[in-house]
Amino acid sequence: MRMPTPDAKIISKRSIIVERLQQIVPRGAFGENVIIDSAGLSAYECDGLSAYRQLPLVVVLPETTEQVSKILKYCNETGVKVVARGAGTSLSGGALPLADAVMLGLGKFNQILNIDYANRAVVTQSGVTNLSISEAVSAADFYYAPDPSSQIVCSIGGNVAENSGGVHCLKYGLTTNNLLGLEIVLMNGDIIKLGGKHLDSEGYDLLGIMTGSEGLLGVITEVTLRILKKPETARAMLIGFDDAALAGDCVAAIIGSGIIPSGMEMMDKLAIKATEEFVHAGYPSNIETLLIVELDGPLDEVTDLIARVQNIVNGLGSGYIRVSESETEREKFWAGRKAAFPAIGRITPDYYCVDGTIPRARLPEVLMRISKMSQKYKLRVANVFHAGDGNLHPLIMYDANKLGELERAEEFGTEILILCVEVGGVLTGEHGVGVEKRDLMEKVFTEEDLKQQQRLKCAFDPNGLLNPGKVFPTLHRCAELGRVHIHHGQTPFPDIPRF
Amino acid sequence: MKTNFTADQRSNPLMAMMEENLRKCVHCGFCLPSCPTYSVSGDERESPRGRIYLIKDMLEREGAPNKEIVTHIDSCLSCLACMSACPSGVNYQHYIDYARHYVENHHQRRGFERFMRMLLVYTITHAKVFKIALKVAKLAKPFSRFFGLKISNMISMAPTKLKTAEITNEARIYPAEGIRIKRVGLLMGCAQNVLRPSVNEATIRLLTRMGMEVVVSDGVGCCGALSHHIGKNDIARDSAKTNIDAWLKEFDQRGLDNIIINAAGCGTEVKDYAYMFKDDPAYKGKAQKISDLTRDISELISEHQLPTVKLSNQPNIIYHDACSLIHGQGIRLEPREHLKSAGFEVVEIPGRHFCCGSAGSYNLLQPTMANELKDRRLALIGEVSDSNKVSILATGNIGCLMQFASGTDLQVVHTVELLDWATGGLKPPY
Repeated sequence: MRMPTPDAKIISKRSIIVERLQQIVPRGAFGENVIIDSAGLSAYECDGLSAYRQLPLVVVLPETTEQVSKILKYCNETGVKVVARGAGTSLSGGALPLADAVMLGLGKFNQILNIDYANRAVVTQSGVTNLSISEAVSAADFYYAPDPSSQIVCSIGGNVAENSGGVHCLKYGLTTNNLLGLEIVLMNGDIIKLGGKHLDSEGYDLLGIMTGSEGLLGVITEVTLRILKKPETARAMLIGFDDAALAGDCVAAIIGSGIIPSGMEMMDKLAIKATEEFVHAGYPSNIETLLIVELDGPLDEVTDLIARVQNIVNGLGSGYIRVSESETEREKFWAGRKAAFPAIGRITPDYYCVDGTIPRARLPEVLMRISKMSQKYKLRVANVFHAGDGNLHPLIMYDANKLGELERAEEFGTEILILCVEVGGVLTGEHGVGVEKRDLMEKVFTEEDLKQQQRLKCAFDPNGLLNPGKVFPTLHRCAELGRVHIHHGQTPFPDIPRF
Repeated sequence: MKTNFTADQRSNPLMAMMEENLRKCVHCGFCLPSCPTYSVSGDERESPRGRIYLIKDMLEREGAPNKEIVTHIDSCLSCLACMSACPSGVNYQHYIDYARHYVENHHQRRGFERFMRMLLVYTITHAKVFKIALKVAKLAKPFSRFFGLKISNMISMAPTKLKTAEITNEARIYPAEGIRIKRVGLLMGCAQNVLRPSVNEATIRLLTRMGMEVVVSDGVGCCGALSHHIGKNDIARDSAKTNIDAWLKEFDQRGLDNIIINAAGCGTEVKDYAYMFKDDPAYKGKAQKISDLTRDISELISEHQLPTVKLSNQPNIIYHDACSLIHGQGIRLEPREHLKSAGFEVVEIPGRHFCCGSAGSYNLLQPTMANELKDRRLALIGEVSDSNKVSILATGNIGCLMQFASGTDLQVVHTVELLDWATGGLKPPY
């Protein structure tokens, strides 16, 4: 992976940078908050996309927003790059360190600040995990709807940065649909608050801009979220098919009939096998494709919907249907799916999780072509699929210790993503662009599109210091992009009236 | 995960096994929130995923590890919560054990620290010495603030009252009541029989009441876990061999249906003897046999039946999972079921399960983290104890028992003491 050439001048000033960071974030009760030794740095050398690794210049673990502000202000003034990191679970390399950048770890931002049932809102620090928000409000029968598979560990700040989805986003939306407010620190050290516990705010939708900005615009320190009352009933169905095309037809028929399941997921044989070994969810072993369909709402509605789905399934000739009979069983059905990625680690030393979105109707064709590519690249692939919203996650298995296998896996992944775009889909469903899909951005955007997006970044981070090398295939300096320049206190064209 | 071991390093079978283990890690991070030290510190070097990286670095480089790595290996509790959380099947237990042993052999600790660690293992695992040490600690209590944190913490951990054991570690047979259904060997434990002899007494009463002949075999002593977890593998192996020989002798001469352990930490260790000796031709089969025979007391009760409950108006209790039971041996439901069958209302501690900070000798060697974890656990317990009128906290391991007892007014007991009481035994405290 090509990354921006490290700035030797910055690297040579490392000890000065470290000293300043140590002043801002002193040693805590449980050790140093500035990490400088190479072994310690190695714990931060990659995120969930472990194919790409780089030791950061230094890691700093601030505890307060004020410390984050001081760090960013200092880095901005001295031209030091900054990469923010939550729990380090990005699958697109969004938190990949840079040799000349400070890694800003938000692991200590782990407190939920306020639970407000009257406003159905939770205010939390950004390092808090997605799942612990639902856990904190569970006793009052509330939950936070977006639930990425990594929800047990991924941080809510990272969810906002990547606009994460999850199995329930089919019905309840992505992070962006459940986000009410943010506290962010800009690269110049300014602390700003966006939104709040209310629905809309004055001015532009800056919350929308921050969501999915992949750490390029600001560092998220606090998040206000919408929580929902738990559905009265939720039941999950396991539906087995001998043919992936039939499963695809089933998904289309369910959605086409007007039913919106709270989750609709697909797994192929290899994925079923790997997860079954860890979770023992009771998935059938003798089928090609498994659909997990969850329906929620009032009891009568769920009962009716299950009957309707059963009818659809029977019409397609599936031989296997199982409906969860208890909450424990429903959770078990999902536990397998949620652990599917890492459980692949049981059958392969390394995997590369691809994330693309396709029109649902093209699924059988796409799966068939992926299977052909698998033969061509001589690498196994397991498929996990957010069937309801067309988000595909092929898991390409490789062995990083074998020469050339990583490169083959990368090429394989690229070909899958290009295929997604070819059939009318997009490069990413929920994992973000990061470094992984950076160089493919030109396949979907024109140069002018990309420049326009970078102008937005310039408005937040004119020196290009926040998470550089991610998302955009070409780094432009803001000046090139026609930023309004103030020279000797004079803006260009002083004759144009300004308000 | 990509590794960089040389062919030469791989030729060492232990190192090859560690590499195989490492390669299962896919860096997903699912272990992070399960880890007590990461939850407290928010520092990934203090997480299982981080430690896996640090250790990998140490093993690949060989030679003396840097002191940062040692710090983060030492701060691991070995609570094994990460193993329950790991979807890709990394055996962190064997990995961290190996790392501790590596550190022990390749890192020169400061004189005082080295001495303390040696002294600790020797003292705790030798009943007579341990008793004297506890008496000294008791006398030193008023002066504890004059010592450093570690020493003052050790002094504060020592119980103020010590009961002399009615039963000792000496070989003895406790006959079954009524018809004998089984003959089981009991591990009396080293520290437990000094600190809380009532746990073994209650166990023997309960088991004999269930129709089991309980035998304490000649030569069986410390299981080795304490030494093992500070990297002193040679001492641990010697302890294990002594126990294996003693139990096998019993097995061959008079028969032994099971080996019963009521200290969860020891249970995890004895069940792992099979792994410990898997490359030792002389002990491989023997160790496997002993591990196969071993049951936690709660597993044995599940395989049989609790005696008739004689007590009424049982109080509400809170049950804390010992890590070595829930993660080390996968035992979560059994103790709760037994307590409910015995008529106790079991109140759950809110939130996720976390280690109490005891972790063998951890609370003595890492007092800051251990105390923080204890306080957090007790705060959660406090949230439910008053509202549910709970005055008793039950757990399945002597370490947790002593850890909690040093910080709460609740009466802390071993699960088996409650089961014995409900089925006709004595009411704790005795």
